[in-house]
Amino acid sequence: MNILDQVAIVGVGDTPVGNLPGIPTVQLQSWAAKLALEDAGLKKEQVDGLIAFGGYDEPVVMYGTRMAEYLGLRPNFTAQVDVGGVLTPLTSLMNAAVAISMGLCRVVLCTFGENTLTYKTPKYRGTRSEHSQGTEEFEEPFGAISIITSYALIAQRHMYEYGTTSKQLGHVAVSARKHASMNPNAQMKTPITIEDHQKSRMISSPLRMLDCSLITDGAGAFVVTSKEMARDLKKPPISLLGFGIKNTHRIVSQFPSLKEIGIKEAASKAFTMAGLRLKDVDVAEIHDAFTISVILALEGLGFCGEGEGGKYAAEGKLELGNPIPVNTHGGLLSHGHVGGIFHLTEAVKQLRGECGIRQVPNAKIALVSGNGGVFSLCGVSLLGRV
Amino acid sequence: MKSPGKTIPEPYEDTKPFWQACKQHRLVVPKCNTCGKLFFYPRAQCPHCMGTDLSWPEVSGKGKIYSYSIVHTPFRWGAWKDDIPYVVALIDLREGVRMLSNLVECDHNIVRVGMDVKVFFDDITDEISLPRFRPIT
Repeated sequence: MNILDQVAIVGVGDTPVGNLPGIPTVQLQSWAAKLALEDAGLKKEQVDGLIAFGGYDEPVVMYGTRMAEYLGLRPNFTAQVDVGGVLTPLTSLMNAAVAISMGLCRVVLCTFGENTLTYKTPKYRGTRSEHSQGTEEFEEPFGAISIITSYALIAQRHMYEYGTTSKQLGHVAVSARKHASMNPNAQMKTPITIEDHQKSRMISSPLRMLDCSLITDGAGAFVVTSKEMARDLKKPPISLLGFGIKNTHRIVSQFPSLKEIGIKEAASKAFTMAGLRLKDVDVAEIHDAFTISVILALEGLGFCGEGEGGKYAAEGKLELGNPIPVNTHGGLLSHGHVGGIFHLTEAVKQLRGECGIRQVPNAKIALVSGNGGVFSLCGVSLLGRV
Repeated sequence: MKSPGKTIPEPYEDTKPFWQACKQHRLVVPKCNTCGKLFFYPRAQCPHCMGTDLSWPEVSGKGKIYSYSIVHTPFRWGAWKDDIPYVVALIDLREGVRMLSNLVECDHNIVRVGMDVKVFFDDITDEISLPRFRPIT
């Protein structure tokens, strides 16, 4: 039995994003869960598996079981996944497939979201103050206290090795914002120019404000069933065709090298599993916590050669209208962070033809990729309408 | 809940030898006596071969900048507000391990990847001295 036959995404739901004060993460996620179940045409009583993660605003033990309780569910399979970024939902999708194929459950609800912008304690707003990042002893004492600095170190190294420029990074931000302007749910919709990017405040060199994703409140959810069950549901099921992951480190001072981060290996595994190549992909949702994230992903995924990511972006190739548009919803940069769940829900909507003016015509194969931490764990998934 | 203020290292058993040497203004790097390799950050078990027989040889303190970032924003609760702008750097020590630290006493306009640097020690509390780096002129 091919485990991939046990996976069909049959429902997705996104809450609005932005400033949603006073709403705890469990409530945001339950809102997304309701939307996803309505989208699937399924009742809550049919859900017998749950995978959830509460983001990084507040440390919660056993978040999966907490969410099951909040929703009034009694699942036969409950899990919590935290590997960073969009890899959390993607790994959850993989886990859902395993649980269904083992016969533990038939309908798995996966929920993600966070209240990071208006976290209940204003003093720690937007920060991850109570979690151990593993950086407390050998990074934070030296003022490396933000993930932005970690990515900035990588961006600077990329500039040194390949001559990548800040303006090239700016093109990633500009194209994301252009797509966001076509997305009613995006947080930042006003188009920006390269000049706007260059004028934006320097945060941690070389990264400026417009190189960084938006901390926001919001949640997303999706529902997974077997293909067999999906046949009776109202919307075209979306299949998982291929999946690959590589984990090389955790904190930036343990970063291996630009060549050794896991994107290339993860992509190779995913494409091999699916029996596909990059040119078969119609739309790509690439985790863009920072502009440099996209640059490195383009290189590792094979959009361009090593070191050429900046040039690729500067040629406008990320935009709708190109063979493989990137981050059609505006990405984390302009739609909103929320752990990257929206990359997955956007991919599903693109494959179903539900994206209105930002629809990629006849999209059949979507790539969703990203990384957790500081390229610590990289992963690639291929989804398809088959 | 962390109190506002700069993070001070709180050594565990596996990292104490490193910080004790820093207190004495010596930069040491853990070495696995089983496989002979150096590693960083310090931990009780060698990340190469899982050996637990470690020694702590003193290193030259010299290295090159692998990358850097000039921090312009007071993150979190602003503990580093008065230091803005400051330089965070990844430094490749001559002996083959990498550590994160600060580059100080250097005009920010001339910081470069590949710059030669040398360690010195900053006594920030009675218990902890931090290894920081300055350019070798």
